[in-house]
Amino acid sequence: MKVWFYGDLDGINTDMLFPGKYTYTCSTAEEILPHLLEDLDSQFASNVQSGDLIFAGSNFGCGSSREQPVLGLKAVGVEAVVAKSFARIFYRAAVNQGLILIECPKAVEAYKDGSRVEFDPNSGTISVDGSVFTFPTLPPEIIAIRDAGGLLAYTDAVLKRKKD
Amino acid sequence: MGMTFAEKLLARKASLDHVVPGQIVFVEPDYLLSHDNTSAIVGKVVDLLDQYGVANPDRHIIVLDHVVPAASEKHAKGHKVIREYVKKFGIRHFYDVGRGICHQVVLEEGFATPGSLIVGSDSHTCSYGAVGCFATGIDRTEAAALLLTGKTWFKVPSSIKITVTGSLPKHVSAKDFILQIIADLGADGAGYKSVEFHGETHNLSLDDRITIANMGIEMGAKAAVFPVDELAEEYLLQIGVTPDRYDSLWADEDASYERAFHYELNSIQPRIAKPHAVDNGARVDDVAGLKIDQCLLGTCTNGRVRDFHEAAEILKGKHVHPDVRLLLLPASNAILNTLIQDGTLQILIAAGSVLLPTGCGPCLGAHQGALAPGERCLSTSNRNFKGRMGCAESEIYLASPATIAASAVKGCISDPRNIEMEAKQ
Repeated sequence: MKVWFYGDLDGINTDMLFPGKYTYTCSTAEEILPHLLEDLDSQFASNVQSGDLIFAGSNFGCGSSREQPVLGLKAVGVEAVVAKSFARIFYRAAVNQGLILIECPKAVEAYKDGSRVEFDPNSGTISVDGSVFTFPTLPPEIIAIRDAGGLLAYTDAVLKRKKD
Repeated sequence: MGMTFAEKLLARKASLDHVVPGQIVFVEPDYLLSHDNTSAIVGKVVDLLDQYGVANPDRHIIVLDHVVPAASEKHAKGHKVIREYVKKFGIRHFYDVGRGICHQVVLEEGFATPGSLIVGSDSHTCSYGAVGCFATGIDRTEAAALLLTGKTWFKVPSSIKITVTGSLPKHVSAKDFILQIIADLGADGAGYKSVEFHGETHNLSLDDRITIANMGIEMGAKAAVFPVDELAEEYLLQIGVTPDRYDSLWADEDASYERAFHYELNSIQPRIAKPHAVDNGARVDDVAGLKIDQCLLGTCTNGRVRDFHEAAEILKGKHVHPDVRLLLLPASNAILNTLIQDGTLQILIAAGSVLLPTGCGPCLGAHQGALAPGERCLSTSNRNFKGRMGCAESEIYLASPATIAASAVKGCISDPRNIEMEAKQ
């Protein structure tokens, strides 16, 4: 598990996560992956591995409503993004794809190169080198969406129930 | 305790008497907007749509605007998928290539009404707060689920109150005002919150209000909203929206706000946002003299009639600097038609500008007007993020139409108030 640390950068926007010029030609995971974080970190797309974590500053994912960054991070198996704060539309997109976001400024500040990180999204705790920090958990109505595997799986189940 | 605009509106839509910030409510938006991304949205749920159909076909508005006319076969295929979806599911509110930028079209066609709730798979959906509509951006997956169910959820936001007094000086516009607010509050200063404008808002035109509401998202706002006054009612009437078609609402006097600010409009000066963040603000004077290669005048932020009038006033009888390309991007074909009829376009073309088809292309680096490494663009658009106009090694500065017109003539960033002084001398 590798931590991609951008904790000293606030306002990492959707253009840095996935440039706007690709938004209407790339929508599948396969098309998105080569451009993921292209204008932020040219090493990311070719080296990220399943189980990796991202640490970032405040207002992560601000800007456009494009969801390709979330689709891409989920598809490569990024386990969670830990940030000082998240932009609203990005947060919602992450819930809808079942990507775990952890809003915890103290954890970002505590992280040093090589720190050991463990977390539990249900209890809202994250530990960095043994120091435990808490973060806000999702309301139960929204956990239901995430736990269904994302909004489309949740919607599918709701529609099926209605039909039966 | 009274309620804010956002609390009242979400309570109404959720059929509740009272809501508080943080509460989750389930609501049915009045409209769902999508644009060129409709092909990707529909593509996520092809099978489910075949099985269950579209929950409310008359609530889906589609405007093709982001890469129009199609820049490549791939873009054209996306547009074709959308036209097929429109036919198959009987979507009445479909606007094909050339009608305008989605947010302007939603306003002009009278979909955005006071007291209504609109969601759009575009972050600048917040523009409709200009007419007292709670409007906010969502992701593509949320839009896909909405097609199937017509329902979604919201967390009731806390609110920020911005009170204005006075009126804006000559050559200073709503763009300068909103750039000042964002510089003060920061790019996440209104994160997850609803921003309400109070006070002497009647001194701001509807075009001004649209520009301001449009950029609400650039300080993280969920919604940015103005009260509905006589000016707004008149505007709505002009586009055929009679008062019986809406039920406007506004915050209670004793509503509770997380933060409050006051702005004296007379003291606002020409502002600029420097690369690569909208809250990286400065006065135009602080960066005056910086050479520019391209100017973009228009977009959903500043592509309305008054914006072009302000530019034409400065450009009349002058010529764009030989080292500068001035691109015009009107927000709709209705606006373009007015500019043709009233002679504004003639002035701007005679001054050496290039007219682009109404749409979004250059603003997001998707189509036309892309920049090369080392180039600098001055734009009336809403974002100056790194790489936003197609090249990560270029720079984008944001400013008002008047500042862009003055700068296009001089070949460098210039205060529009000085051009007038020079003319008088």
